Amino acid sequence: MAHAYTPGLRVTGHAVIRRERRLPLKGEVLARIGDAVDADTVVARTELPGNVQTINVASRLALDPARVPDSLVAPVGSAVAKGDAIAEGKSLFGLMKQRVEAPVAGTIESVSPVTGQVILREAPIPVEVHAYVRGTVAEVIEGEGVVVEAVGALIQGIFGVGGETFGPLRIAAAAPDEELAAARLSAEHRGAVVVGGSYVSYATLMRARELGVAAVVVGGFDDGGLKRLLGRDLGVAITGAEDLGLTLVLTEGFGRIRMADRTWRLLAAHEGRQASVSGATQIRAGVLRPEIVIPGVGERSGDATSVGRRETASDGGAGIEIGSLLRVIREPFFGRIGRVTALPAELQPLETEARVRVMEVEFADDGARAIVPRANVERIED
Amino acid sequence: MDPRPFDTAHIRSILATDCGSTTTKAILIERRGDAFRLIVRGEAPTTVEAPFEDVTRGVLNAVREVEELAGRRILDGDRIVSPQTADVGVDLYVSTSSAGGGLQMTVSGLVLQMTGESAQRAALGAGAIVMDVIALNDGRRPHEKIRRLRQLRPDMILLSGGTDGGDVRRVAEMAEILLAADPRARLGAGYQLPVIYAGNKDAAGVVRETLAEKTALSVVPNLRPAMERENLGPARDAIHELFMEHVMAHAPGYKKLMTWSPVPIMPTPGAVGIIIEAIARRDGRSVVGVDIGGATTDVFSVFGGVFNRTVSANLGMSYSVSNVMAEAGLANILRWVPFAVDEEDLRNRVKNKMIRPTTIPQTLEDLVIEQAIAREALRLAFEQHKALAVGLKGVQTERTISDIMSQSASGATLVDLLDLGLLVGSGGVLSHAPRRAQAALMMIDAFLPEGLTHLAVDSIFMAPQLGVLSTVHEAAATQVFEHDCLVRLGAVLAPIGAGRAGQSCVTVEVRGPGGSGAPVRIAYGELVLLPLPEEGVVRVVATPERGFDLGAGKGKPLEAEVTGGVVGLIVDARGRRPFALPDAPAARIAKLKQWHAALGLYARDI
Repeated sequence: MAHAYTPGLRVTGHAVIRRERRLPLKGEVLARIGDAVDADTVVARTELPGNVQTINVASRLALDPARVPDSLVAPVGSAVAKGDAIAEGKSLFGLMKQRVEAPVAGTIESVSPVTGQVILREAPIPVEVHAYVRGTVAEVIEGEGVVVEAVGALIQGIFGVGGETFGPLRIAAAAPDEELAAARLSAEHRGAVVVGGSYVSYATLMRARELGVAAVVVGGFDDGGLKRLLGRDLGVAITGAEDLGLTLVLTEGFGRIRMADRTWRLLAAHEGRQASVSGATQIRAGVLRPEIVIPGVGERSGDATSVGRRETASDGGAGIEIGSLLRVIREPFFGRIGRVTALPAELQPLETEARVRVMEVEFADDGARAIVPRANVERIED
Repeated sequence: MDPRPFDTAHIRSILATDCGSTTTKAILIERRGDAFRLIVRGEAPTTVEAPFEDVTRGVLNAVREVEELAGRRILDGDRIVSPQTADVGVDLYVSTSSAGGGLQMTVSGLVLQMTGESAQRAALGAGAIVMDVIALNDGRRPHEKIRRLRQLRPDMILLSGGTDGGDVRRVAEMAEILLAADPRARLGAGYQLPVIYAGNKDAAGVVRETLAEKTALSVVPNLRPAMERENLGPARDAIHELFMEHVMAHAPGYKKLMTWSPVPIMPTPGAVGIIIEAIARRDGRSVVGVDIGGATTDVFSVFGGVFNRTVSANLGMSYSVSNVMAEAGLANILRWVPFAVDEEDLRNRVKNKMIRPTTIPQTLEDLVIEQAIAREALRLAFEQHKALAVGLKGVQTERTISDIMSQSASGATLVDLLDLGLLVGSGGVLSHAPRRAQAALMMIDAFLPEGLTHLAVDSIFMAPQLGVLSTVHEAAATQVFEHDCLVRLGAVLAPIGAGRAGQSCVTVEVRGPGGSGAPVRIAYGELVLLPLPEEGVVRVVATPERGFDLGAGKGKPLEAEVTGGVVGLIVDARGRRPFALPDAPAARIAKLKQWHAALGLYARDI
């Protein structure tokens, strides 16, 4: 059975938002349960093992590999500086001393009597994890990190690029169907999360980057612009790790698409508040969507729902019925908004000759009616 | 479990499930007279992930749908009744699984092009996704290899390297790198990562000393005992065994599922490979199977009795559609479209499909664009397959003058399109194409078969269940595959050679029921559809003009039996070696329109 597709993007004025903040390896957790944290508070820290250098002592000293362990002057486990002797050998009847020096500073990790190699590990690389969202520490994961909890507004976008950032929300378009214009951007947007309307051009996005804008949130963007931004065609939708100088969140999709009213109203209502933004998107297996979190807003009420970072596509996907407000998400009516006027039960042939489940939609702008496959709409909330 | 199921004479009914990453599919097969037939098929969402975290829930739901559709009981509460008593239960239950992302492996060898490639073939053949191939000569420095090994969290590692009696030291070096990386398993932090060693037997002791303490090490016979010999069987078997013991046992609910079936649960693509091999063996011909999904495309082939499988992890029609555009390039997609398209608009359309993967084409133009993308996804997946399905590299061969002339050498692809007897397509864009001729032409354009090749689509993708079934009951599996799974489209006849447009290329005569019997002369550059009966066999006599070859030699006639199908016999005189579309847009569009009209491809002119 074909369902009307609802990607389950959450747009809510108040939710309990929990974000797991975890180190890549075990380390030290710096926060305790109940601590108030800001977006840039360091909550955990560790050191990644340094790079490994392999040094072929056997060949350098012309030794049998089995004799390499005896040739070490710095025993396994000892620290050496760059240029320090690691191993020594003698040649020419013991008259000439030969030595192998450390190519970098590090620790002698192991020596193999089979290959004659010495493994030298460089200094560890420090890693810190920030709280990302202003809130309180709700849980400590021993040696690994914390769970930060905040009550506030949550808006999930459909696609994003760029990592985690935060800044004050600034609305820079007059309406949700207006394009973000470069002329609206100025020095006062430095470090801000700038909200545009339906679209941002590549040139305007570059202007925002020049000005030091932290993040841009708009309805749509062109794929050609994305290619220029990333310097490559994006193949697989796994993003969030790229270093772009700013984070971009699309709330609706590619092209010019009016930002959903509900999203627009929610963002506009909190202008000036601090927002945390992540562009990280993963569309396959364990859908991860970009997000804008506005902590400390909205009243705690009975229906505030607990929201984890990973959500499945089915979340929030309420069924479609006559009168439901929806948007078409594929040509020939892509981006148009309307209400369901009929839901025929039988399969109906499309122009392609495929027989599928369809619905009749009356469009909001001109009152025209059209038949649309159920798979090609998504419900939007009134 | 009752041992009788293996006594195939007693089996009357079989239940088979495939637990996919999103859907669990169940089929019920029963013996009707002398043959086994598909009775019904049911499906339900897979329940490996939260909130259920128990794969058996999805299996039971799918089986309940089968019960409703078949109108008889199979379950007793949460238990599959087996063996069948009266009208309740089934005699055999089997299952495959690709839930939770399938089987993900890292493989390593000493030389990338030799043991590295053999190890990759072993892992792919067993149904794994190969995350990376690490080799001593892969161009990465040791610390980069170590960092990569640490980043990847595979389900298991296959370590190969060296021929028997070769250098032990370099194998030890590889084992030391692995030890320094201390890689972790993907599922469950509490168990050791399974590592299979299938390299130089003389190095097994050193590898054991290095890795036995820190990993769950299994040592099996070398997968490349000598330069000129590959022995992938033991490594593949070990992969299947460890998949059950470690990976499946740690996936939610699988321990229970494993007790329901007397046959080991198999990774889905591994099972598909088994049925493709069985069909090739039975018919004594070369077979290519392709399954194009939303995220990945799998290609299976059997040429000269050698089975190969590749998976193109990022070529597909929804999640990976944007990557098809990135890899193929816009121009290659647009060459199949018989109208002008705005590039920026197409780029945005493709990305919107990626972020909203479940939408379907509503207009004919949109369908044509989707099928153009499918051609490129299939073509690229087949290119990757041809590059891996090769003879052994590094083998000294005696070369004759003709070898040198034809540039054949060790490491040449085993894929011989002229020898290809059957091409089977599966996956939504092929199986659900509104007209079957569309599926046929997509496969022809992407694979460019030569000579005579039969075409078919797998209507509802039962190949995984039938694959695992064939390990215990080959007759039942192949009967259902032939009767209920395959939709025969007909065949394509494509002469090799190039000529001038309008020049006579081949004369074809279809003799037998449904055939016209009159010879039809076909000009170079044309695509012609000749009717075939939907079932049964006809005799085709095709005589190429001088300079064109159908496999019997230039200008030599080909006489062959052709099995009928729903599309017919497509004579593709558009040229091979090379096949090329006209460069000028107007000429290209005119040609595409002419070919589409010849096959009655679409409901209206576009």
